[in-house]
Amino acid sequence: MVGYDIVVIGSGPAGLAAAASAYKEGVKSILIIERDRELGGILQQCIHNGFGLFYFTQDLTGPEYATRFIEKVKENGISYKLNTMVLDITSERKIIAINKEEGLLEIQAKAVILAMGCRERTRGSINISGTRPAGIFTAGMAQRFVNMEGYMPGKEVVILGSGDIGLIMARRLTLEGANVKMVLELLPYSSGLTRNIVQCLQDYNIPLYFNHTITKIYGRDRVTGISFAEVDIKDKRPIAETEKEVACDTLLLAVGLIPENELSKKAGIEIDPITNGPVVNDRMETSVEGIFASGNVVHVHDLVDNVSKESEVAGRNAAKYVLSHKKFPSIKVKTVAGHGVLYVVPQIIHPQKMEEEITLYLRVKDIFKDQRLMITIGTEQNPKPIHSIKRLIMAPGEMQSINLKREQILKGIHVNDAAGIDTGLKLTVYIEAKGERKDE
Amino acid sequence: MNREIICINCPLGCRLEVTIEEGKVAKVTGNTCGKGVEYAQTECLNPTRTVTTTVSIKNTLYALLPVRTSKPIPKDLVTKCVQYLRRIEVKAPVRTGEIIVENILGTEADIIATKNLEAL
Repeated sequence: MVGYDIVVIGSGPAGLAAAASAYKEGVKSILIIERDRELGGILQQCIHNGFGLFYFTQDLTGPEYATRFIEKVKENGISYKLNTMVLDITSERKIIAINKEEGLLEIQAKAVILAMGCRERTRGSINISGTRPAGIFTAGMAQRFVNMEGYMPGKEVVILGSGDIGLIMARRLTLEGANVKMVLELLPYSSGLTRNIVQCLQDYNIPLYFNHTITKIYGRDRVTGISFAEVDIKDKRPIAETEKEVACDTLLLAVGLIPENELSKKAGIEIDPITNGPVVNDRMETSVEGIFASGNVVHVHDLVDNVSKESEVAGRNAAKYVLSHKKFPSIKVKTVAGHGVLYVVPQIIHPQKMEEEITLYLRVKDIFKDQRLMITIGTEQNPKPIHSIKRLIMAPGEMQSINLKREQILKGIHVNDAAGIDTGLKLTVYIEAKGERKDE
Repeated sequence: MNREIICINCPLGCRLEVTIEEGKVAKVTGNTCGKGVEYAQTECLNPTRTVTTTVSIKNTLYALLPVRTSKPIPKDLVTKCVQYLRRIEVKAPVRTGEIIVENILGTEADIIATKNLEAL
């Protein structure tokens, strides 16, 4: 059995940034395991620009963004295995992997960083009725065909889902000669960037129907058409009288992403039912000691810049874990999603041993205009406000982040609280209830 | 002439009402900040887009090489630019930043590779 100090699973933006930052922290024995033919992950198929505006303050394409990190990994001589699939991880950090050249591999790691990213939801996860013909693709799969392999998925296209991937593919297929007939969105708003609504749909006169979904798929061997209908805003059920048919030979599904945690579950890691990713603490360590996680495997991000930043925290702390086994106690504070907030990551903070500053990532449940995000810390009965931020707009499709300094958190708690014990302290993030909510 | 556009600078997505007189932006309403006025100016008078697409590549892992314009080009040339590039074929190895087509369609923008692709 071979051994490494740190094994990183996945070489997308999360894995690359985590490996590079672990190296910078002083750990040289690092292995990255990637199942695809090259490093970079899904960034390699995202040939459009808009990446890196925050991290590099430059407007890069996906492959350009990946290249910067790949070059860093290669310059540092960090080892990696391509075309290698991890089959199993134990809670003792033993990894079973397989590839064509070496067969079955057993690797022992002192620390593991999970960076497997996420996968797309499919027709099966949204239960569209009808026949099962060819011509139904997830948007990301179509993206790989069009941008890397050189195949067009079809000519007459309907897209379900108006998140960024759906919007980007509407433009891409149009530019490559397809007729994108419409984009349908179940919700009353798009979770995509305004820039993409304008530059991917409006520029090409592609209609976008809110509160609409697909009710049926037609076709024997190949898709010949779909039915779509308006949905009731409250219960999301299709309204029968509004049903219409449209002919098409291709249907793209851009209906959300699921963190890919089959391996995490095998290692016995606790999964948060809302994020569908591991429960992590302020150092991005999971519930299993020595196993860290970052990026879309933890929660689905909308900007890669945030993935890189979060993964540097994971890499740096995995390295610290390997280099010093010193355990210093700290009280434990749970983060809680309060009014209007769907989730908060990390789920656990150790105020006495956290880094100088941490970033809390969260999503809101609805569109909020000109409202305040409030943060309190304390027991359920006695929460003390420690921070508040006014935001002009918050939408479910746009992840919010809040930077908190260690002193800010420590100020809110009694440091003589017993170390290491769950004292029932909670850090709650919520949207201020006063003031009216304006809906679009 | 009046035009209604959506500002793309931030998620607010302000609906801007733009009044154009004698080829100039005379009035912008509906904006929340100064960026809206700036955006209305460029979007109404000289809209540009960065083009990202692919060209064929031989002798490497993939059939396609991703490319981009080195700077935004006029919006009405985007489709023509992509169509032109569909005929281009290059051979690996190619490095990120390498110029694939100079001065595309007379726009003074170059088409550059956005990925390293090694020869097989």
